[in-house]
Amino acid sequence: MGVTPAIRVQEAPFDLAAETAALSAGRVDVGGIASFVGLCRADDGLQALVLEHYPGMTERSIARIAGQACERWPLTGCTVIHRHGRILPGEGIVLVLAASRHRVAALEACAFLIDWLKTGAPFWKREEFAGGAERWVESRHEDEARSREWG
Amino acid sequence: MKVLYFAWLRQRTGTGEEQVSPPEEVRDMAGLMRWLATRSPGHAAAFADPAQIRMAVNQDFCGPDHPVKPGDEIAFFPPVTGG
Repeated sequence: MGVTPAIRVQEAPFDLAAETAALSAGRVDVGGIASFVGLCRADDGLQALVLEHYPGMTERSIARIAGQACERWPLTGCTVIHRHGRILPGEGIVLVLAASRHRVAALEACAFLIDWLKTGAPFWKREEFAGGAERWVESRHEDEARSREWG
Repeated sequence: MKVLYFAWLRQRTGTGEEQVSPPEEVRDMAGLMRWLATRSPGHAAAFADPAQIRMAVNQDFCGPDHPVKPGDEIAFFPPVTGG
């Protein structure tokens, strides 16, 4: 049975508990669900993150990589939700869920997906600080290296 | 062709999207960048450091040697910072 990943790119916050429950609702073959929630930190007095993305390409590229995860690991379900727009400290930015019969597939697929989202999805973060200062977040070489390690 | 700009390329060019008709000798992304840079001082600033620019043709990442043709959807942007 092929698994169809659930991909959403949205401004609204997401509900970790509800999304997790949806991956095992009405079924008894799911042995584990791995999750990653990326949160907005208030480093250096940050007041908000503003995420811009490339509508169309964003959804396509996430769907493509989530499809690869479903081929590479025996998943029973997979959810990726990435927010855009203005995000406040403490709020969630991105949610990755990977469900499988066994933990290794779920944990590895989850790590693969978030590593890839850092380097392969067309999002750009702008930081806003008190007093009106702002700056674009620069990409990190460590993220590129981690993403490449998955092959 | 349609050209999209994101993040600081959008800010420097002063537009998120524009329709352009480059001359025939513009055949690839590198040539398109050089031609776009002549459109305004803002465009020149946006394309001043090609090493900081990533790109896509028809919503697929590509490099500066990728060919371009009329009707393509082109995008220029900084290295991505999602997740």
